[in-house]
Amino acid sequence: MKSKFEVSKLNLHYGQFHALKDVSLSIFPHEVTALIGPSGCGKSTFLKTLNRMNDLEDGVTIDGSVLLDGKDIFKDMDAISLRQRVGMVFQQPNPFPKSIYENVAYGPRLQGIRSKVKLDEIVENALRGAAIWDEVKDRLKKNAMGLSGGQQQRLCIARALAAGPDVLLMDEPTSALDPISTSKIEELCAQLKKDYTIVMVTHNMQQAARISDRTAFFLLGEVVEYSDTDQMFSMPKDKRTEDYITGRFG
Amino acid sequence: MKKKSLFWKEHFWHGLITCCGLLVIVLTLAIGAFLVYKGSGTFTKYGHSIFEFFFSSKWAPADNSTGGGAVGAAVYIVGSLSTCGLALLIAAPFSIAAAIFMTEISPKLGKSIFRPAVELFVGIPSVIYGWVGLTTLVPAIKELFDLNMGYSVLAAGIVLAVMIFPTITTIAADALKSVPNDYRKAAYGLGATRWQVIHQIVLPAAKPGIFTGIVMGLARAFGEALAVAMVIGKMRAFPKSILSPTTNLTSAIASDMGGAMEGGEYNTALWTMALLLFLISLLFIFIIHRIVAKGGAEKDGSK
Repeated sequence: MKSKFEVSKLNLHYGQFHALKDVSLSIFPHEVTALIGPSGCGKSTFLKTLNRMNDLEDGVTIDGSVLLDGKDIFKDMDAISLRQRVGMVFQQPNPFPKSIYENVAYGPRLQGIRSKVKLDEIVENALRGAAIWDEVKDRLKKNAMGLSGGQQQRLCIARALAAGPDVLLMDEPTSALDPISTSKIEELCAQLKKDYTIVMVTHNMQQAARISDRTAFFLLGEVVEYSDTDQMFSMPKDKRTEDYITGRFG
Repeated sequence: MKKKSLFWKEHFWHGLITCCGLLVIVLTLAIGAFLVYKGSGTFTKYGHSIFEFFFSSKWAPADNSTGGGAVGAAVYIVGSLSTCGLALLIAAPFSIAAAIFMTEISPKLGKSIFRPAVELFVGIPSVIYGWVGLTTLVPAIKELFDLNMGYSVLAAGIVLAVMIFPTITTIAADALKSVPNDYRKAAYGLGATRWQVIHQIVLPAAKPGIFTGIVMGLARAFGEALAVAMVIGKMRAFPKSILSPTTNLTSAIASDMGGAMEGGEYNTALWTMALLLFLISLLFIFIIHRIVAKGGAEKDGSK
């Protein structure tokens, strides 16, 4: 299978701190790839590299290469068009203090879409895609801040979908949510992977086991093990992986 | 025994602090009541209409208790409005740009150099602004526009603009800084450029705070007497353009109050102006409260 992302020999420094060490892995299309590991292991940093959100921080130096469909995201693409193709959902639901409609329409508007008919269509499709259309269709003009946390997070997913990406990055998207909202997001991921490639950082190993196809285990900036989720959770190759997933540390 | 003394202290400090707090309220109310008492004389004792005070430009109050003069303050009111309006037009764009620069574009420079410099501005006494305006701005305007004299609405507007610039800038910068970083990340994540993030996300989210800054700046401009009096020319006529001299409420009070007979029509008319200024600042504070309450309500919608 042709990979979506091909990461090779990726090294990242925050100032003097070596946050990612020689990370090489392939991320495959129409799969959910989970990134697990203890706090500070570099999994979020890795995720943010994939759409160059790290560019916004001071003192970050990156070498190695990341190819998206064969194109180098640092050399062949600018950060703006990269982020339109690689959407992101954050840990805290972060809708803009605007109406539900305006939240979802923001991405397409950035890309210069002005036609009301077109925008209406994109907004509806994105909200349906994020399984929140039925809950909000009667109050699209209401402020998004009035939604519950779980609804806000699905709205954020809809907002990311509306920009027309083919990859979705999710940085612990359910850690601020209650169990029911969490399971809705998980079901959604299973749906979305038909059309998108999903890379998700999670602290919750059951979650990784439930929804991901492949799992990468990060420790101190290195990828210790990267394999099929089933295999990793049934017979991990590395002792450190086994210790982590059986809860001996982390 | 020890417990009892602690308890006593508790009551003592509680009482003292409550008294201090109440004193502030009582003082404000007392000033308000005093101004109403003094200022309403124009309409009650001397029988002038409110319409005359606001819309007539005939200003010839009698300096005695018999009255019979004219108390049209329109020139002063227009003078105050035009100088403050001009000051706001000049200062607001600069202040908002400066606030964006120091929070969004160069936060490091903003924190280490820009902000302390702007805050220093706030502490400069107004007489200095006035004097500097008088010695540099007034001759420059005379020269530049080939006028008989440089005293003008423009000079007053510029001096006021410089004075209110730091007020608006610091409040607007605080408002911009308090916009959650999550909004910025979300917008960048969707492929927005920095300008798009600032203009479409950060500025709208900070709008209530920025408006508060503008209203505070306006309030300061309205209340300023000395610096304006030095450069406005104190001529009792409607300004024909921003280059002509005029006068305003605060200058009139400051220069005429000493000479007017206590309790006379002139004196009472000046008190009415003071009452007007007080009501204007009350109005501004009311507007700020409305803005803040509205901004708060929007945020409360989140939970």
